[in-house]
Amino acid sequence: MKMLLPLLVVAALFALAFIAGPAGAGWLFGVALPYAALALLVGGLLYRVALWARAPVPFRIPVSCGQQASLDWIRPARLDNPRSAAGAVGRMAIEVLLFRSLLRNTRAKQTADGRLVYGTDLALWAGALAMHWAMLVLLVRHLRFVTEPVPALVLAVERVDSFLEIGLPAVYLTSVLFLGALLYLLGRRLANPLVRYVSLPTDYFALFLLLGIGLSGFAMRHLFRTDLAAAKELAMGLVRFAPVVPEAVGGVFFGHLFLVAALAAYLPFSKLLHAPGVFLSPTRNLANNNRAVRHVNPWDYPVKVHSYEDYENELREKMVHAGIPVEREPEPVTAAVLVGATEPAASADTQDPAGRV
Amino acid sequence: MSGPDEMSHYPRAQLVQLDWKPPRTPWTETPVDLRPGTFIYPGKARNLRIMDLPNARDWAVTDADWKLPTGWRKTVLDGMAERLSRFRSFQLFMDTCVRCGACADKCHFFLGSGDPRNMPVLRAELLRSIYRKDFTAMGRLFGELAGARELTPDVIKEWFYYFYQCTECRRCSVFCPYGIDTAEITMMGRELLGLLGLYVNWVIEPVANCFRVGNHLGIQPHGMKDTLEFMADDIEDATGIRVDIPINKKGAEILFVTPSGDFVADPGIYTCMSYMLLFHELGIDYTWSTYASDGGNFGLFTSHEAMKRLNAKIYTEAKRLGVKWILGGECGHMWRVIHQYMDTMNGPADFLEVPRSPVTGTVFEHAHSTKMIHLMEFMADVIRHGKLELDPARNDHIRITFHDSCNPARAMGIFEEPRYVLRAACNHFFEMPENTIREQTFCCGGGAGLGTDENMEMRLRGGLPRGNAVRWVQEQHGVNQLAAMCAIDRATLVTVCDYWAPGVKVTGISELLANATVFRGEHARTRNLRLEPLPGIGELATGNGSEEATHG
Repeated sequence: MKMLLPLLVVAALFALAFIAGPAGAGWLFGVALPYAALALLVGGLLYRVALWARAPVPFRIPVSCGQQASLDWIRPARLDNPRSAAGAVGRMAIEVLLFRSLLRNTRAKQTADGRLVYGTDLALWAGALAMHWAMLVLLVRHLRFVTEPVPALVLAVERVDSFLEIGLPAVYLTSVLFLGALLYLLGRRLANPLVRYVSLPTDYFALFLLLGIGLSGFAMRHLFRTDLAAAKELAMGLVRFAPVVPEAVGGVFFGHLFLVAALAAYLPFSKLLHAPGVFLSPTRNLANNNRAVRHVNPWDYPVKVHSYEDYENELREKMVHAGIPVEREPEPVTAAVLVGATEPAASADTQDPAGRV
Repeated sequence: MSGPDEMSHYPRAQLVQLDWKPPRTPWTETPVDLRPGTFIYPGKARNLRIMDLPNARDWAVTDADWKLPTGWRKTVLDGMAERLSRFRSFQLFMDTCVRCGACADKCHFFLGSGDPRNMPVLRAELLRSIYRKDFTAMGRLFGELAGARELTPDVIKEWFYYFYQCTECRRCSVFCPYGIDTAEITMMGRELLGLLGLYVNWVIEPVANCFRVGNHLGIQPHGMKDTLEFMADDIEDATGIRVDIPINKKGAEILFVTPSGDFVADPGIYTCMSYMLLFHELGIDYTWSTYASDGGNFGLFTSHEAMKRLNAKIYTEAKRLGVKWILGGECGHMWRVIHQYMDTMNGPADFLEVPRSPVTGTVFEHAHSTKMIHLMEFMADVIRHGKLELDPARNDHIRITFHDSCNPARAMGIFEEPRYVLRAACNHFFEMPENTIREQTFCCGGGAGLGTDENMEMRLRGGLPRGNAVRWVQEQHGVNQLAAMCAIDRATLVTVCDYWAPGVKVTGISELLANATVFRGEHARTRNLRLEPLPGIGELATGNGSEEATHG
């Protein structure tokens, strides 16, 4: 159920556009819905990121994954435990580009004699990295549909991506990689009992959407031979805000485009937000220079403390008896002794050493 | 018959049977099993009153009705909204998880218990499911399909059980591709529970003690002085040296702050004795404080506000006494507070000077703002400059391993300093397997206020991964002692080692260093600070090592 329903929904979305698109609803599926989805994507992302950015980072809480910078003869781990902003940027770069944290992944096992062992487990790292990088290359390749003339970079990427020259038109490596990685991620979600147990319908929905997009794209290039000139005409129309819906674009194209639109509209309201989110993660994007540079909490407020004066008032007799120095002797004392001894704080029971500004 | 709060109640053969297969029912439909031995007793009303906390009352975890205050649902949701707007971490960690499951088998409580809600991802889903229902469009529209659920009294019970079954050790966060930090989730969960007056006494009583008397154990000033004097007597017996005990001394150069656990509990007391002895040897002008007599801060396990209320004493006292800078002893969570929170909460400490070692002249620029350094940073520098005469052979009967404590490891990154000191003090040092040390270190199972005997089953289960690694070096290298620079470790790992690696004793690093130091003016040494015979000297030169290896 957790899996079946999302699968049916994605299939239904595709079928809807596949049938209705060529049957008169071309403007709806080719123009109106893509624009609406784009508006939702941009608006939703701005809203989300603004929501996150608005929430302050009251404390500097990086997770240190290497040696700190302390004594100058001890070598610090500059990327896994950055001491400076530049180091933190470096840490983020290897996180975003290479998935550093997943690269640490281990799998716990219990041996026959009861021992726990932790083996390196890089399958998830490899699968996730392949999927995300392939997706980036796919996006770059798709620039050919919205640019005229097509930039040299896009052409170069296409050439490299198809250098094996299998099939005609040549199969792009990244298409295969993308679909393969998605199938691995889906298979893992189903086969690993723990991951399966924590999975929500929305986790499957995201995977099926991406798979649907990938498969329909692959089908258009290699199975049904969609009219690419017509597809480009439609895409260029959207980009130039002069939409046209050429006759020649077929049902598969409408299905593909509609799934992309669904993904775009869904993204800001889903876990797919992890893409912008990773950049803001306070355990990763801050330098661990806490003791060197003061971090300010914008909503800091005074709290009720037990002042030294209260403490001594309560325990003075015992302190004096034990020979522990006190600010005020138990007998009534002269004012002179008091001067400079305890600070008569504005309020005895609240204090705010930060001196809020 | 032993009770559920005793180690002997749990046959090892049974606890080592690990089953990580999830149950047939979804976690949202699986009732919480509140069995004795796996939860902590509620905070007593009098402790809540000392701290002015709401809904102070006496209740029991096994009660059907937890006497939640009227309007509790709104209280929780309002509290959640407030924290979402105040902590980017909380908002982000509610939104970005993709449930990839990388964290699942990284938690010591999951590994030891197999309870799926101890997977970090599900611990966060306990809150996320409520967040989705009340704060997201998807959750409102699609409910269960979007992973949303209603906030009910059973959810509150589940929160209480599982947020006090997390030691905030942050191991999972090391592996999370988005850096989602379960410590942050648990801290928010505990704050929300606190709004309803739901605390555990093992945390809130130390908080109340620390607030009023200056330390978690509630040791009053004269008691503290007595304790330190007893220690001075033992030091004299072992070394012939009489150390000073400066208390609340105005104008001292350094304020020394350490966890109060080291004042009373074996083996923490030997660490405390070692501090005094080493400071004496180095001629340091320092002082203890009775008002700031705990560096530990169970406020961290309560709420950000409680943390700030307890931590305020350290700077206040440094100012009153007129010291130049602050030195911190061997503690775990204390160092998370000192390193990541103190300056922000109670700084700036502009009345202090940047720490400068009176022994070597080294200026500790990395503490330029906080003005507080770790004893291991200080001692590593001292040893590097050859300012202590060391005879590590005095520790030759010890085959040592080192447990990185969670907070100094993952909220600071102090890995090499303690190892440098250990290597200088011991000839036989062996690391545990690499996936169990440094940033991947496993918790003792009793941090974050969970180290009480009524929670024995979870402590033993949570201590399994650590105990298992200790057992490995015990078998491979004959390790017979484990060093840890954390007072909670020195208390809880004794139990963990007795259970999972019997024969391995627990010690602080300073103790090893003091035992290896040749002090000026010491009498002919035959015994170490535990008053045990030194190897190669004195009455029991040979028997000691084998006795340790077979102990237990």
